[in-house]
Amino acid sequence: MLVTYFYNVGHRTISFFEDVGRASVTIFNAIFNKPEFVRGTARLIKQIYAVGVLSLLVILVSGFFIGMVLGLQGYTILSKFGADQALGELIALSMVRELGPVIGALLFAGRAGSALTAEIGLMKTTEQLSSMEMMGIDPLHRIIAPRFWAGQISLPILTLIFNAVAIIGGYLVGVVWLGVDDGAFWGNMQLSVDFREDVVNGIIKSTVFAAVISWIAVFQGVDSIPTSEGISRATTRTVVYSSLCILGLDFFLTAVMFRGT
Amino acid sequence: MKLNRFEIWVGFFVVLGIASLLMLALQVSGLSNFYNTESGYEVKASFANIGGLKVRSKVTISGVTVGRVVSIALDQNQYGEYNALVTLSINDHFNKIPEDSSAKILTAGLLGDNYIGIVPGQAEEYLKNGSTLELTSQAMLLEDLISKFAVGGEK
Repeated sequence: MLVTYFYNVGHRTISFFEDVGRASVTIFNAIFNKPEFVRGTARLIKQIYAVGVLSLLVILVSGFFIGMVLGLQGYTILSKFGADQALGELIALSMVRELGPVIGALLFAGRAGSALTAEIGLMKTTEQLSSMEMMGIDPLHRIIAPRFWAGQISLPILTLIFNAVAIIGGYLVGVVWLGVDDGAFWGNMQLSVDFREDVVNGIIKSTVFAAVISWIAVFQGVDSIPTSEGISRATTRTVVYSSLCILGLDFFLTAVMFRGT
Repeated sequence: MKLNRFEIWVGFFVVLGIASLLMLALQVSGLSNFYNTESGYEVKASFANIGGLKVRSKVTISGVTVGRVVSIALDQNQYGEYNALVTLSINDHFNKIPEDSSAKILTAGLLGDNYIGIVPGQAEEYLKNGSTLELTSQAMLLEDLISKFAVGGEK
């Protein structure tokens, strides 16, 4: 009885580290490869289109509405204390520091990460990856690397757009609709938001999230069991693991970046 | 030249990203204040204490916003006293403010932002670019009021 328990724990521990190791090797081989500039760029651009441009709509719409909700809720609460001039500060700081990188990354994991896993998983199921290998083309180089880099490049850009749109949404609700003073809105925002401390740290956060999401997505695709059920499980795992990693990492990044400020 | 559809969209995407970064840098974090769309004329006023007045705080007459604070600097007069030299930009629409108007620093609500209220005078001459508001009264600091109240007041 006890022996079976130990067996189970040991088995899981070992397979966990095996997974991490395989994932690291996969991504290491995919990234550190002989670069192939002309054709590599074309493939990368096509992937940025698939990963970044096609995620634009969900990012724009949700950013706009999140900004508007923040404006509305923030105004309701702040105006109770007669501090509705601080609305711009509230919206900008919460977007740029936390909500932008985190919600942007969660949306990205749901929209682009799952698509990447499903695409690569289906390629594996239909044995496109093995046939590539038979033809002497390295699938890691051809399939994985451009997708990984596309995710890595797209998410920070998407996060910037998300932040900007949300602040515009908050401006529309706060200033145009609810009548917060225009100068106080932008003036307090500019006083409290620091470019290096807040904007750049937000970009660093989203870069880290991008690496984690792209890594999990491509590895789950490559590592999926080549059946329809396997692909569905891998896709689910991508979204779940990415979300958990984003929220967990966000705490540590915030603790390091904004401790005490 | 045949343009690749993907490249056009990716270009659009990247340009949108750069525009957002510029907005976050200039408009949100205020790296530079070249953003100034309202045209107006500048008037100076020096105060003994400006309290929590900030650049871009509003300037009002009878509660109506007529301009913004453009800059705040520390200034020393001929007696060696330090004063805060505040430059106000007043919108061109409001060009008939008498020259002997006075400016005081007010607070929006009990804990709100400070702003400048201008009380118009009687003079026939009007304020123009570069003129100075001579009559000013300083910010009413809550801390000072409380300490006066606690200590029993100074005569």
